[in-house]
Amino acid sequence: MAGLMALIIGAIGIASLVNGTYATSLADVLSVLFGDPANDTVRMIVVEWRLPRAALAVLLGGALGMSGAIFQSLTRNPLGSPDIIGFSVGSYTGALIAIILLSGGYYETAVGSMIGGVATATAVYLLAWRKGVQGFRLIIVGIGVAAVLSAFNTWMIREAELNIAMSAAVWGAGSLNGLGVEQLVPVVIVLLLIMPMSCFMSRPLRQLEMGDDLACASGVHTNRARLILILLGVALTATVTAAAGPISFIALVAPQIARRLTRATGPALVSSALMGCLLLLFADWAAQHAFGAQLPVGVMTVSVGGMYFLWLLVRESRK
Amino acid sequence: MTEFMASSHSDRLQAENLTLRYDQRTISQGLSVAIPDGSFTVIVGPNACGKSTLLRALSRLLQPSHGSVILDGCSIHSMGAKDVARRLGLLPQSAIAPDGITVADLVARGRYPHQSFLRQWSRADEEAVAKAMVATNVADLSRRQVDELSGGQRQRVWVSMVLAQETPILLLDEPTTFLDIAHQIELLDLLSELNREGRTIVAVLHDLNHACRYASHLVAMKGGAIVASGKPDEIVNAALVEAIFNLPCIVIPDPESNTPMIVPRVRRSGFAPRK
Repeated sequence: MAGLMALIIGAIGIASLVNGTYATSLADVLSVLFGDPANDTVRMIVVEWRLPRAALAVLLGGALGMSGAIFQSLTRNPLGSPDIIGFSVGSYTGALIAIILLSGGYYETAVGSMIGGVATATAVYLLAWRKGVQGFRLIIVGIGVAAVLSAFNTWMIREAELNIAMSAAVWGAGSLNGLGVEQLVPVVIVLLLIMPMSCFMSRPLRQLEMGDDLACASGVHTNRARLILILLGVALTATVTAAAGPISFIALVAPQIARRLTRATGPALVSSALMGCLLLLFADWAAQHAFGAQLPVGVMTVSVGGMYFLWLLVRESRK
Repeated sequence: MTEFMASSHSDRLQAENLTLRYDQRTISQGLSVAIPDGSFTVIVGPNACGKSTLLRALSRLLQPSHGSVILDGCSIHSMGAKDVARRLGLLPQSAIAPDGITVADLVARGRYPHQSFLRQWSRADEEAVAKAMVATNVADLSRRQVDELSGGQRQRVWVSMVLAQETPILLLDEPTTFLDIAHQIELLDLLSELNREGRTIVAVLHDLNHACRYASHLVAMKGGAIVASGKPDEIVNAALVEAIFNLPCIVIPDPESNTPMIVPRVRRSGFAPRK
């Protein structure tokens, strides 16, 4: 199943390298990737423009899928996803402060969103703390904090000057438009650190699913393990938001689809990450080519993910 | 130290002068208990007498605010978590079966303390899981999902999971609650068999007659303190039951096992025998 997903990711990846305003053929792209290029323009377009963007879609999608899997497993709830429990909204708040109050550029915005995400996660964690953090309380507190912050975000945009508000809103849609190698390198470095650490924590995470008492009795330091896992999950989401703005619903949907396809039980971090890669890569390809104009990928994931979210709410409430 | 030496003997699991608290509420004070090696120890007592709390302390889940739990001569809280988990297993009341998990997968999770990131699944794990499923008679169910099993089957699966942990000492918190009488007996027979094979078993039970029949060592608690402990036929009598549960009763030999059997007295106001 993982092999099949990797294959599909490869196929969409190639497609997103071939398609674009400047017409290139499959043969052009393959010659660039595997041999020496026919001409320099094609090489520049494929390697310097399209490849970093596709790579970013794969990496950021993977990070979102993995982050969603961590939080859904920790909360034992399909709604327990970082975009539902306020971390993405908090990142946006951080970014807005950087853009509007400090008139920061790309990197200042990235740092602002990183800080915003981590600060929100800390606040949610502390507010939900009662002799340990229990999943359902984390979700409810998170949704509340998200609502407060999202009202604050709207107010900040309203108060800002028009052109600044416009760029803040564009960032807030979540987009890979115009991202390239400069943005790719830090993402690769950060994810190379966080993703293996998350996989390392997936065994204690699996024990935690059976309840704290049983996890503790089987040799897990429950509160410590949960804190580390929350930090890793927040770091994964915050990396994505810092690089591309808040991209919703991938973290919510990817683990669920992966779980149904693989019939796996447990956190399933790797298959969720692969599914996240696949979804974001496809969504970004569709956002670029399906509607004539280039849309921010966040718009794409929100509209498709929103429908899934509705279905999930209806299904959960009927249980 | 002298206090410790005075009551110290060779039992692997014991508690010394424990003070147990939840937040500021003190449950027990000056509680000492030794679990005889190879015994089937049953802890009994009325609701909220601190029996589950004692079990949580014995299994490292609750840190005593005073005193210590000693496992193999060391304080349990100074030992590594996995090290403890290889010697002492616990089946809590609060165990949650993850959505859609199969019996075999759940039992396999009992192997956690024997594994590490680099050594995830070995032949020893495979054998322990197979053995645990056979011992608890759930091998035929191994591919089934835990959510779709009956209560009795599910409880055997959980016991199977803690068995796969392969610990010489096994603690169970009210394992028979929510089971009908036939499944209660079935589970207690299973625990008794595991005990005969050499495991030390400690269980919290509600049913006094079951406790008397199955326990080789009985610990009776009230108000966070141990009122009596010893072999059931040596300590259980009408006076003890009345002292602990405030229940007038007579104690007669169980016609089947010859262990003490508690029969509550008919109270004039409560029950009128039918003519």
